[in-house]
Order: sequence, then C-alpha cells, then structure tokens
Amino acid sequence: MNKIKSLADLKKLKEEVQSKIKLREKGDNPDNLIQIKVSMATCGIASGAKDTMNYFIEELDHQGIDALITQTGCMGFCYAEPTIELTIPGSQPVIYGEVDKAKAQEIIDKHIKLNELVDGIIPVNYKTIDE
Amino acid sequence: MNELALHILDIAQNSIRAHAGLIEIFITEHPASNKYQIEIKDDGKGMNPQQVEQASNPFFTSRTKRKVGLGLPLLKHNAELAEGSFHLHSEENKGTQLKVNFGFHHIDRPVLGDMAGTLLILAANEKQTDIRYVHKTPKGEFEFNTREVKNELDGMPLSTPEIRKFLNEMIRENLEQIQISE
Repeated sequence: MNKIKSLADLKKLKEEVQSKIKLREKGDNPDNLIQIKVSMATCGIASGAKDTMNYFIEELDHQGIDALITQTGCMGFCYAEPTIELTIPGSQPVIYGEVDKAKAQEIIDKHIKLNELVDGIIPVNYKTIDE
Repeated sequence: MNELALHILDIAQNSIRAHAGLIEIFITEHPASNKYQIEIKDDGKGMNPQQVEQASNPFFTSRTKRKVGLGLPLLKHNAELAEGSFHLHSEENKGTQLKVNFGFHHIDRPVLGDMAGTLLILAANEKQTDIRYVHKTPKGEFEFNTREVKNELDGMPLSTPEIRKFLNEMIRENLEQIQISE
C-alpha cells in the first residue's frame, strides 16, 4: 500500500508545480480568464451545485482550458438551480439555469469553445422569485 | 440534502458571510455511545438573541434575495429524524457555535459523503476565511488546517489544479484510515 499523503508531500509537489506555473503566468489577471461562478447556497447545494462545480473544474482542467471557477451565494433563481454565471473575457456575463453535468458539457463545448449561446439562459432583466 | 458534507458546506458558508476569520469544524464519532457529533464554530460577527431564536425558522433569513432560509432548519430536521439534537449559540461580535448530534446507528443518519470536496470548496473561498477540520473516530484522528496548507504553498492558490487534486487525495486517504464504516 502507498504511503498516506501528508503536508510534507505537498511541499514537494508545490515545487514541481511552481516551475510549470511560471509558463502560464500570463493568465494571472482574472480579467483575461473565463470566469464561472456557481451559485452555492442551500438551494444550489440541494440541487447538486457541488457536482456541477466539480464537473467544470475537472473537465476544463482535462481539456486544458484555463478558467477561474468560484462559488457564489444565492442569485435568487432558486427554482432553476444549479445556476452558474459565465463570463467570457470581453463580453457580458450570462446566467444559465438548471446546469447539470450534461448541460455543463454543452456549455463547455458550445459557449466556452465556440462562443455560441446555449439554451437555458436566464435573461438579465428577469425577475427573481420575490418580485 | 442526503450527505452531512453538503450540510457542512451549506452551514459554513453562513460563517463566511458573517466575515469569520477562522471556521472550525469538529466531527466526533462515538459508536459505543451511539453518538455522531458535529460542531461548527466561527469567529464571525455573530447574531443577536432574536436572530438565534429565529434561525431555525425556515421563513426567516438575513438575506434580501429571497424570503426563506432553509439551511439550518433542514439540518435540524435531519438531526431530529435521527434521534439527535441541535444547539445554536451565538454572541454578537464574538461568533457562532453550532452543535448537532445524530444517533450514530440510527438508520436515518445521513452518511458523511464527500467531505474532501466540501473542504476544498470552502478552502478556496474568496474572503480568505481559514478552515480547521478535526475528525475523530475510535480509530484515530485527522486534522486539516488551511493555515498550515497555505503556509506550505507560500502564495500559490489552493485552486491550482495539481494542488487541488493532491489535497483531495490527501483528505480522502486520511479519512479512509480512520473511518469505521460508512
């Protein structure tokens, strides 16, 4: 059996990764990066936002696309969770509702790679649940 | 929500919103005395007595985006379903402490679930809130502290793919070592 990983191993890994990081440092400014915010309040978590977020992280890393994926609070579209806000550098943020793994894949394939909008967008001026 | 890890992810975000500097999460398993204890403690802005009283009311929230707040009520409900208890204590400007007990062997106790995923999402929060997680079982103890991790990383973001993958494996392996059954 392999030895259990510890903080000492982390230190070694960090040094290996550091040299690779320098090569991609151009992407350091978040404004030049694709940004995905996953709504992660009670409503989002209960509908599977954590799986959606992990899927985006794994799939984008796997495909070698640099992106900043973060969690955010409730955007008020509780009926359409999991929701994400996708910002492509240079264009307006777009909010997608009901993003499961299949939808996430579609968004990556079409919106992120080809810049084609996909079904499921919640319009900016759309009212939240209260209004 | 059918995993304790999801509840913890949800509840700990309250602490982040309350501007906590450190969130401490303790999970203690006592199969012999039929207890599964979760404690979440923060040093955030706290709540006043009225808010504490209202916190487990699903129709109370401090948010303005919507009129319901289901995080704590759902956790309380799940605890009560599994012969457990729910105690919330908070002092303004000092912090909040939540203790939830479940019956360890109760069939309705949710499983722990993907704790590594929860910790990594929490650790990468935008407000730089630190997380300390201590999990004790009769077989041993595992501690994960983002302050120590950040120290080792020396400025490299926790969300770097290689680092994330490593930490995920590290937490999983360590938890597997001390887990009795799931």
